Amino acid sequence: MADPTTRAVTFHLRRFEPDKDREPRWENHQIEVLPGMTVLDGLWKVKEQSAPSLAWRSSCRMGICGSCGMLINGRPRLACNTQIAELNSDVVAVAPLPNFDIIKDLVPDLHSMFATHRELMPYLIRDDTAEQDDPTREYRQTPHELEQYLQFSYCIKCGCCMAACPTVATDPQYAGPMPLGQAHRYNTDTRDAGFTARREVLSGGSGPWRCHFAGECSQVCPKGVDPAKAIQLMKRELVRDLLRMRRHQPCAGVAEAPHGARHEEIPAAPPRTVTEA
Amino acid sequence: MRDRTLWTWHVGAGMVILVLLGLHMAIMHLDATLGIFGTEGAEPVEWESVVARAQSLFFTVTYVLLLGAALYHGIYGLRNILFELNPGAGLRKAINVGLALVGVALFAFGTWAALAAPGAATMGGG
Repeated sequence: MADPTTRAVTFHLRRFEPDKDREPRWENHQIEVLPGMTVLDGLWKVKEQSAPSLAWRSSCRMGICGSCGMLINGRPRLACNTQIAELNSDVVAVAPLPNFDIIKDLVPDLHSMFATHRELMPYLIRDDTAEQDDPTREYRQTPHELEQYLQFSYCIKCGCCMAACPTVATDPQYAGPMPLGQAHRYNTDTRDAGFTARREVLSGGSGPWRCHFAGECSQVCPKGVDPAKAIQLMKRELVRDLLRMRRHQPCAGVAEAPHGARHEEIPAAPPRTVTEA
Repeated sequence: MRDRTLWTWHVGAGMVILVLLGLHMAIMHLDATLGIFGTEGAEPVEWESVVARAQSLFFTVTYVLLLGAALYHGIYGLRNILFELNPGAGLRKAINVGLALVGVALFAFGTWAALAAPGAATMGGG
């Protein structure tokens, strides 16, 4: 007798093995799906049952590492963060993220995205390298200043936004929502003084000027980041800078030393309240 | 010129178009309601009205400004569309030069037309 809690679902998978295939092809694999199973769980089951050579990237299984971005039923999503039940379909179509070259099966080549990301210097640029290398205290930043970039720092670089962007699809010179959003994240950080350095790249043809504001990047982001907003805010800052209207903010320094005396000695631990049996 | 500067001019031209196109709509289509900028007893599109506007320095300046803003805004948009077809570096340069030449030529022709109108409010008019 069939288990009433399971249902049959067909995984419609886009396969591409560079050693064998000249063009990508589609394969169907039927599996029994339990409640709570994610698309990533389904892929593992397909691999165990009928497609041992199926390749994809995944790691954390909890929407943190950004490895398992895929095109699932026509929408870029994280496989580990997508319940099969939420797709409301007996067919789960899985393909590699669009707008990237394919290495194998569901594995996109993210090299171009990370090369652009690196070009836009996604790190704090400061003069006090000695303090950065060997920090004595934390940098000063108010909660309000933190909020200006906090949501953009949730980006996990999964590439879903790049796959959804219609401009990335047609213009390979466009930097794309992830690198641009991260450039804005650091430009907005009060601990950073790298606006001028990043401006050199951002003012050119690959910068935010190609963005149509389609907003698809923000729609598909699995972490709720709004790269489209970041790009518009960055345009505003760059235009203000061009018109000499941008207010210069000095780079945040290190916080003051804590007030009050520290304990010279660590106090003794209180007596035990539980005795061993 | 860098894209940041070009885009800033594009937005500026859009704002100019917004104001001047609003003015155009008010003159050509709301004249009966507003009763401004037209000539006495004539429709805005009638010859007397057109000539009367051409003789006004305000309208001559407005025409040239609108022409420049609309040409720049449209040509920059066309450049963006052409660039999304992913041309090579040489073709991109040719597009830049070609569109700039077309823009300057059309602006010169349109400006001449505005200044050379019968009784235009300029030295060379008439």
